[in-house]
Amino acid sequence: MMGLGLGAVALAAQWVKGPSALLVAVAMLAMAIGLIYTAFAGGLEARKSLAPYGLLKPGIIWLCLFFLAPLWSMVVMSLSSKTGRFDFFPDFTWNFENYRIALTKFRPQFIRSFSYAGIATLLTVVIGYPLAYFIAFRGGKYRNILLGLVVVPFFTSYLIRTLAWNNILADEGPVVSLINTLQLSGIFEWLNIMQNGKLMNTPAAVIGGLTYNFLPFMVLPIYVSLEKIDVRLVDAAMDLYSSASQAFRKVVLPLSLPGLFAGGLLVFIPAAGDFVNAQFLGNPQTTMIGNSIQDQFLRQLNYPVASAMSFVLMIIITIIVLIYTKFMGTEDLA
Amino acid sequence: MSTAFSKRQKAGQRVVNIAAGAALLYIFVPIFVIVLFSFNEPKGKYNIKWQNFTLDNWAHPFVEKELTSALWVSLRIALIATVISTILGTLIALSLSRYKFKASGAVNLFLILPLTAPEIVLGSSLATLFLNRSVGFGYLTIIIAHVMFQISFVAVTVRARIRGFDWTLEQAAQDLGATPSRAFWKVTFPLILPGIMAAALLSFALSVDDFIITFFNAGSLVTFPLQIFGASRVKISPQINVLASMLLFVSIGLMAGAMALSRRREHRHTSVVRKKS
Repeated sequence: MMGLGLGAVALAAQWVKGPSALLVAVAMLAMAIGLIYTAFAGGLEARKSLAPYGLLKPGIIWLCLFFLAPLWSMVVMSLSSKTGRFDFFPDFTWNFENYRIALTKFRPQFIRSFSYAGIATLLTVVIGYPLAYFIAFRGGKYRNILLGLVVVPFFTSYLIRTLAWNNILADEGPVVSLINTLQLSGIFEWLNIMQNGKLMNTPAAVIGGLTYNFLPFMVLPIYVSLEKIDVRLVDAAMDLYSSASQAFRKVVLPLSLPGLFAGGLLVFIPAAGDFVNAQFLGNPQTTMIGNSIQDQFLRQLNYPVASAMSFVLMIIITIIVLIYTKFMGTEDLA
Repeated sequence: MSTAFSKRQKAGQRVVNIAAGAALLYIFVPIFVIVLFSFNEPKGKYNIKWQNFTLDNWAHPFVEKELTSALWVSLRIALIATVISTILGTLIALSLSRYKFKASGAVNLFLILPLTAPEIVLGSSLATLFLNRSVGFGYLTIIIAHVMFQISFVAVTVRARIRGFDWTLEQAAQDLGATPSRAFWKVTFPLILPGIMAAALLSFALSVDDFIITFFNAGSLVTFPLQIFGASRVKISPQINVLASMLLFVSIGLMAGAMALSRRREHRHTSVVRKKS
């Protein structure tokens, strides 16, 4: 146990730079003292109670060093300023200018990210709910196979899956020619799904890609919550003269809400931070915040502004997650 | 009245069936396209428009040297990262499901956080830390990053699989004179192994496929997804589709195998129970 305290303090102090090191060290020291105290002051029982912490130790330390500590570096970086383009070690200067840039210059990207992700989430509900419902109530002995089919896309590369939409939506591709033969392009243009006779490189293509890529994250949690429903509840509702749709609205739907919300979170978060779909299926007017962070960080080498954008994104998503866990707990997310 | 009612009900059922079928179709169209275009003979550099059927690409799947070596880099990284994360994640899962302790709620929340943080935040913040500490980007940084997001995944998955595990079995072994470690390795471990293997397989797949986090922490090292991303601007070769199809078939085979195995186990288990009664 002493290892945890001393080792982690030493590691963290080495690892995290500047003002943050002190903070982390103090927190770890407090933890260590607590553990050492229990180990020595308590008897056998108390020492046994430390067993769970011993098992947690390596994994949690890894997460502290490579998940928590980086977040702190990001915050420090987001308030630093660069002296020149190739200044790789910006100094911490309480530079809030980075946040002003993140929220003004990149406001369209933020708005686009959240609206695209929001629309994609709604679409995954529309497409995924009937599928989950079918698997849960009509799947019978094929349930597991159907669930396997839902996750098959995960077995191909994410990028290749997205590129495949390039084949499907291409200007001379099957979908565009079908629309043209049926002379429906007017309707699609009016709906803003098509732009200038193209399906590719439009907002709709980006949203469609996001919807496709994250659909399984919606289907699986909805399935889990539907599967738990006791079918006799529906029978009872019908016995009490509810119609099928009433039974659905008053019994099945409310009971599946936990899965629906969990799925919503699991789709919305990766969709909001994604930049692959916007890169492959969009145009310069459909860039999302992920594209901007990536561009600022890896191309412009503007780490402070990129960090400020990342931090804003994380804060917004953390607030959403905290509201969710306050009402729903953490069980359904796993 | 009642016939009209059931007619409407039937129509409703049919709508659900059709919607579910359409959703499955939607899931499979791109998969089908990926495999189909591995048999295409593209004119020019982009394998986007269907031209002619050919088996050439499958006859020479590894001619794209950079793509192949990138795939090996990815598999190597995934192997190492998966071993580390499976061990660390399983320890966390054991601790959480076996013991009741005060901090378990906090640990639970802490585990969920990396899973709910956007990848771009995880990737860019870790890269910031590595930059600050002047850590050279390469294998080490990618493996560290992958283990970081895999740990939570493994811990959560294994915990879900061993929920409801009967820990008194271990006590029984100890009552019969086994040492605690022997009881664990001879009784508990074989029983929770399928859950651990499932988590390891899935996190291996996550590692091979990870793009966003790797993109920030790779430096000049090129993994399979990075190669595809870089190449997509200049050239999309059909070999990409061939390798992707191979990965697809291997994973489907593994999954089907695992499913069949667990079904046989279940079957054996139920038949044993039946024999006893």
